[in-house]
Amino acid sequence: MDITEVPVSQDNKGKKKKNKKPKKKIVKEEGNGEGSGVEKKEVEKMEKSEAAAAFPPTFSVSEIKNKQRRHLMFMKLKQEKRMQKMQLKKKKKKEREALGDKAPPKEVPKTIENQRVYDETTVDPEDEEVTFDEGTDEFSAYFNGLTNPKVLITTSDRPRGRTVRFCEQLATVIPNAHVYYRRGLALKRVIPQCVSRNFTYLMVINEDRKVPNGMVLCHLPDGPTAHFKISSVRLRKEIKRRGKDPTEHCPEVILNNFTTRLGHSVGRLFAALFPQDPQFVGRQVATFHNQRDFIFFRFHRYIFKNEKKVGIQELGPRFTLKLRSLQKGTFDSKFGEYEWVLKRHEMDACRRKFHL
Amino acid sequence: MGDRSRLCSVWLGSETGILKGVSVSRKQAFNFCNTSHLSRDQEVRALCWADPAESELLVGSVDGTVKTFSTEKGAFTETRRCGDPADGCFTGLATLNSSALLTCGECGTVRVWREDSSEPATELDAGKNVCRMRQSPVHQHKIATGGKENGLKIWDLEKPEKPVFTAKNLRDDWLDLRRPHWVRDMAFIPDSDKVVTCTGYHQVHVFDPSSPQRRPVLEAEYGEYPLTALSLLADGNTVVVGNTHGQIAMLDLRKGLVRGCLKGLAGGVRWLQCHPSQPVVASCGLDRFLRIHSLEDRKLLHKVYLKSRLNCLLLASRDLVDGGGATEGEGATQEVKEEEDEVWDAMEQVGEVGETPKRKTAQEEEEPQKSKKKRKKGRD
Repeated sequence: MDITEVPVSQDNKGKKKKNKKPKKKIVKEEGNGEGSGVEKKEVEKMEKSEAAAAFPPTFSVSEIKNKQRRHLMFMKLKQEKRMQKMQLKKKKKKEREALGDKAPPKEVPKTIENQRVYDETTVDPEDEEVTFDEGTDEFSAYFNGLTNPKVLITTSDRPRGRTVRFCEQLATVIPNAHVYYRRGLALKRVIPQCVSRNFTYLMVINEDRKVPNGMVLCHLPDGPTAHFKISSVRLRKEIKRRGKDPTEHCPEVILNNFTTRLGHSVGRLFAALFPQDPQFVGRQVATFHNQRDFIFFRFHRYIFKNEKKVGIQELGPRFTLKLRSLQKGTFDSKFGEYEWVLKRHEMDACRRKFHL
Repeated sequence: MGDRSRLCSVWLGSETGILKGVSVSRKQAFNFCNTSHLSRDQEVRALCWADPAESELLVGSVDGTVKTFSTEKGAFTETRRCGDPADGCFTGLATLNSSALLTCGECGTVRVWREDSSEPATELDAGKNVCRMRQSPVHQHKIATGGKENGLKIWDLEKPEKPVFTAKNLRDDWLDLRRPHWVRDMAFIPDSDKVVTCTGYHQVHVFDPSSPQRRPVLEAEYGEYPLTALSLLADGNTVVVGNTHGQIAMLDLRKGLVRGCLKGLAGGVRWLQCHPSQPVVASCGLDRFLRIHSLEDRKLLHKVYLKSRLNCLLLASRDLVDGGGATEGEGATQEVKEEEDEVWDAMEQVGEVGETPKRKTAQEEEEPQKSKKKRKKGRD
């Protein structure tokens, strides 16, 4: 028993502890009849002495082969670190209180949004050229008040229950939207028919394995086509603490955080889905919030309780979008010219670089 | 204005009608606009040098006007009306013997305009839906045109009735179906009669008018998307092509293999041009950036954000980076050199090993002198 224990413990804990080996052997052989208590103490002593001496840099907890011991050592390490951190915090807090008003300002923690690589295409609101470019692009008819949005919502062929319900709910959220069954028709043939019937948008929800996973949003007369990936769709009945169904009033639209030139184009694409005159009586608002290149869509009803407090109820579906490509012209994935394409290996390499 | 335009080594035309000049050495872009207020029908579709000395640029716009821009003065000097907007946008612009102007519209009419008259001197019909017209750099009167379902045709302007060479479509495929063809861009290969074209069906073809074969001599494919721009390297063996997805590749014309891809573009490529002497290629496209890649190691050298979608670009023949700093830099370095020469003459000469400074650029000339100084200071 003794003889077998000694080499195991020493191999585990120290490749450098060879000098201790002979001593331990002698001790163990002497303490033959004293039972396991002594062994345990020795083991503990060894652990402590080795723990004290084990922090020389080349030793790491992962080298211990025994899972239980490794776990114990790791927990100890973590506790040590946590204790040090708490002590540091207490010290800093004391210093801060001691200094009172003269204390340096609190450090802002680094987040990925803070560390975002500055995008040179960020739009400067006073830039004439960009304002002209935006003022005369494909959405100018809508933004100058000449056309009213009319949206056609359809899906990929033979949609399943979830997608169908999603489309119906989308149609209640977007005013003047019509849902049509796809019937296996080719989009390139659908588009001229939509144009002749004065539709301004074609929205195709793609389905995969009974769940919506993609959206093609095509602005109609000759406008850009955006292809998004949809994730995390929550239908109305899956939303907790939701309000009653949305009414027919036109909602207000909030577009958050679309700063770059590409972001502006996408933001305008969303804005042109809704009519330009929101009915504040309805107190409904649709939000497209862009964060880290993901666009979160939420639909709420708000009520002002007093001047400072607002209560909101979430209605309507919620989903997340990620832009995959923006194509100039109506839907033509083979021969169309792309204004922006997501190339994962090139663009997603840096965690702090975003494009919208 | 004039000094700004003299600095620019790259000229670009945008969809908003602004002519942009970029000075790569100073990393600055300048906008030159004809009218005080912008409009979309001034969209620049074609750019070319008006003379071999590259002091004037010809800018072709969507509304059918060709404007002359002087790089010395930094302003548009004249405007000519060369066609209707109904004819379609310019697909090619070139000069003949520095006095006549060659224009080609999408409808297919190629016209030669003399300086004085407002009527074309010669007219040529190249079919419908012409996508590009290019002039041979060697024989000024030879031009090539091609378009959608309109094969490559090489014309001699002195005999405008019939093309000198008409390309035949590829053989029918294995199902005996007619192959569609759509020529997007072409280039004349130097030192020979051959013409290389890129198509909307992601093929690159080389045609040889001197051989009896009217079908392509070499066929190569790249990618899955239409190839929109093409540029030949100075040696004539490699071609750079770009497609609508922003992928740019270098293809070797001897065997038709892809030699490498240039990364970085996010949007469709509209125009590519290789520098005549340096191994760099400039690309511009729908993502509103001008990118300059080095052809040897395929790295991105410069990237400039220009706020509108870019349609065409033109490189000056002088060195890209030096171009701007040449005149000013030389003056400064000469003064510095004179001062330093006096310092060196005053000091005693010590033999140094391995001192062969390359005298290519002004900057490099300064560096070895600076390093010499540093070393000497250490010893003193």
